[in-house]
Amino acid sequence: MEQTRYTTPAILIHWVMAALIIVAWTIGTLAVDMPLGPDRIVSFSWHKWIGITVLFLVLLRIVWRLTHRVPELNIAMPKWQERTMAFTHWALYILMFSIPVVGWLMSSAHGYTVNYFGLFELPDLVSKDKVLGEQLEDLHALLADGLMILVGLHVLAALKHQFIDKDGLLSRMSFHKSSNKKGAI
Amino acid sequence: MSRSSKALAVLSASLILGGIIPAVNAAEFSAIDAAKSKITFTTKLMGSNLNGGFSKFSGKVDFNPDQPEKAKANLVIEIASFNAGGDDLQEEARGKDWFNTKSFPTANFVSDSVKNLGNNRLEIAGKLSIKGKAMPLTMAVTYQVQGKQVIFDSSFQLLRLDYGLGAGNWADTSAVANEVPVKVHLVLNSN
Repeated sequence: MEQTRYTTPAILIHWVMAALIIVAWTIGTLAVDMPLGPDRIVSFSWHKWIGITVLFLVLLRIVWRLTHRVPELNIAMPKWQERTMAFTHWALYILMFSIPVVGWLMSSAHGYTVNYFGLFELPDLVSKDKVLGEQLEDLHALLADGLMILVGLHVLAALKHQFIDKDGLLSRMSFHKSSNKKGAI
Repeated sequence: MSRSSKALAVLSASLILGGIIPAVNAAEFSAIDAAKSKITFTTKLMGSNLNGGFSKFSGKVDFNPDQPEKAKANLVIEIASFNAGGDDLQEEARGKDWFNTKSFPTANFVSDSVKNLGNNRLEIAGKLSIKGKAMPLTMAVTYQVQGKQVIFDSSFQLLRLDYGLGAGNWADTSAVANEVPVKVHLVLNSN
């Protein structure tokens, strides 16, 4: 069955954010084990610049989501799957928002002002506090790993629909119309 | 006032007017008020300013507002009192690539000459030694006499690589800027 696509800006923002989140998570995971040196400083700067971009984009995206109707889902699936889908989507939004905010808070608490691509500094959200900084750091890592688990679930679900159910679900988020219509009811 | 002390006052007044002894208000200032004085700097990491300072310093300063050009300064800064960023950064700053505090525990500024520019402004030239490297330094300084205190303020810029600060891969100035703005706020008490 032909699936109604999301609007082009929504599709674009979805894939751009997907790429940015994977890159930011990878840099963060690698840099945290680097010794203090220029490489670590450069890596975390890029990590923060990408993270702040994600924060800005997710705000745009939440505004889009609250002001637009999601295209109708022309797929019959069990109620629990629909509920899991809705839960996963909102959990993703909440994490995409809260992880950069916690990261920003953590950077402020560690005494490092966040800037944006070296162009301008962002305000410090809290004053320097070592203990708070360490707590926020743990929370940032925990939420980020939680996000990656949900992303994994999200991807597996999309792949299941694409290759097992063959219901064209992925075409909702694709730039091209799906040729995968066979399995649709 | 007794007759003898009156005579003494007249005598000392004539001596002052005659220029034999300096006027009383020409107080000498030399005691550094450590609690009120500050040496701070800003380092730029990938576009973010990181403020820091040295909380321990001492030295000898002689200053007479009537003869500012005769002022002399010899400041000793304890590098281990470096304070900026987190614990890991402070430890790194004390290490070999940066200040190497084991071999060079102090930095030192010695004035050579003082120019009186008028309007409470001075130009102090001297030598600043950090990590065993002495470099000439000229500072624009403003001062204000407030009762028993004189307050000096100066802002200048150092280039960290001039002093070999940040060796090895730290020499990369795109991660840590070479330019380091420094601010000195020095409060002296009268003797």
